[in-house]
Amino acid sequence: MKLVTAIVKPFTLDDVKNALEQLGVLGMTVSEVQGYGRQKGHTEVYRGAEYAVDFVPKVRVEVLVDDEVAGKVVDAVVEAARTGKIGDGKVWVTPVETLVRVRTGERGNDAL
Amino acid sequence: MNSGDTAWVLISAALVLLMTPGLAFFYGGMVRAKSVLNMLMMSLGSIAVVGVLWVLIGYSTVFGTDVGGGLLGKPFEFFGLEGLLGADSLFGTIPTTAFVAFQAMFAIITVALISGAIADRARFGPWLLFAAVWSIVVYFPVAHWVFDFDGKDAAGNVVDPGGWIANTLGALDFAGGTAVHVNAGAAALALALVLGKRKGWPKEPMKPHNLPLVVLGAGLLWFGWFGFNAGSAVAANGTAGVAFINTLVATAAATLGWLVVERIRDGHATTLGAASGIVAGLVAITPAANSVTPLGSIAVGFIAAVLCALAVPLKYKLGYDDSLDVVGVHLVGGLAGTLLIGLFASKSAPAGIDGLFYGGGFDQLGKQAIGAGAVLAYSFVLSLLIGLAIKYTVGFRVNAEAEVTGIDESEHAESAYELVSFGGRGSGRAASVTTKSSPALEESKP
Repeated sequence: MKLVTAIVKPFTLDDVKNALEQLGVLGMTVSEVQGYGRQKGHTEVYRGAEYAVDFVPKVRVEVLVDDEVAGKVVDAVVEAARTGKIGDGKVWVTPVETLVRVRTGERGNDAL
Repeated sequence: MNSGDTAWVLISAALVLLMTPGLAFFYGGMVRAKSVLNMLMMSLGSIAVVGVLWVLIGYSTVFGTDVGGGLLGKPFEFFGLEGLLGADSLFGTIPTTAFVAFQAMFAIITVALISGAIADRARFGPWLLFAAVWSIVVYFPVAHWVFDFDGKDAAGNVVDPGGWIANTLGALDFAGGTAVHVNAGAAALALALVLGKRKGWPKEPMKPHNLPLVVLGAGLLWFGWFGFNAGSAVAANGTAGVAFINTLVATAAATLGWLVVERIRDGHATTLGAASGIVAGLVAITPAANSVTPLGSIAVGFIAAVLCALAVPLKYKLGYDDSLDVVGVHLVGGLAGTLLIGLFASKSAPAGIDGLFYGGGFDQLGKQAIGAGAVLAYSFVLSLLIGLAIKYTVGFRVNAEAEVTGIDESEHAESAYELVSFGGRGSGRAASVTTKSSPALEESKP
């Protein structure tokens, strides 16, 4: 099993979700996060005083998938989240050692 | 007694009271989320303390029989409004009590204005103490100087001398450019110096946490300010009408002025800039509302707002943490409005005096400068002394840990916003309830 984690622009979330649903992904966890990469932050001005806002709002999408579909899931997310402009985010895949469905105690792929 | 005048002044009094909660929102939105309640409480505390003091000795000190030299009225002459309640007790064409109520609101908001300079760090009890002492020692005498006109008999002889700025000097201050705004602004500067910088200022960002709240506050201030200025005619008459339209047009011009400065200097016209321009314009037209024409008002509002917008960032250069720019807006705006009367006053306005640009020479400008300078100096020195006395006796500032955690929690045991659904003070899930007033609830706990 793999954990696919994507940091994307908030407004692309609907597209990302639709793309994942089309691939048959059954569930996902979404959280609002803040951060920066090459995009850096932006500047705000209050009564003439400039504030550098380092962290930009992003959305983190986490999906647990079978090893075989991980590559497709990554491609789908990248496709859906890409605007071609700086700040589009990142997607990465990490191996998952154990997975348990809390309600039934099922383990491994059965718990996906 | 004139019932139309009375009705207008009573309504104006209510309008001016609303300015103080409006100011609370204006200030409250500008601080960080962890100190918004304390910001609101400083304004509410001002209503509480000054409202009581006004009825006890405030009105008497401002409008009582002059003790000599136009310095202050007899403080206990109308203690508890003694002798002013009868149907025959009139102030001009209205019942004296209506005038007492109207003027009470001026004292309240003047004190509340100061609080913006000491956001995030002043203990609540010492603030109330300051509010009380400052009202008695600074506001009441200064309001007597500016607002208490000589009482004259039918032949024009002075039978009840008033304050020295209004009468002996003859400076024009319609609704309180000096007594309210220069006064509060100078006190704000003194307190910012006494309390010192906030931890992390100016390196750490201290962004306004809720600009819509700031705009709500500016709107309430503007609404109430029609009572403040047009009500200062103390009659429902032509002077009130002129003051009303000047309060509209000067403020509109000031909003433009502030935004123009921002667009040129910072690249963007901001919401906070518009709200600040509104207040700067209201401050500047306050002393001038009956002495300039609507065209003069546009100049006064625009010029004052440009000066204020340029003055605000000076605190970073000079190194004093006037947190919400009470100095930059109220002191600078109050001075600008008071002095610009000397330039833009016109005989065609109700006050009937020509300023420099209307052929009146330098005479009025000189009077305006002396009046404003006297209030500035008196308020700054006395405020500094009162502030230092509180600092070195009961202490004025919260400790460093409380300041970082947030003054709402340390001073008031509350938090303004419950934005997470688990954990934290006051949330339904993780917090348990204990109460001192309900033993039944205690017993029902497992």
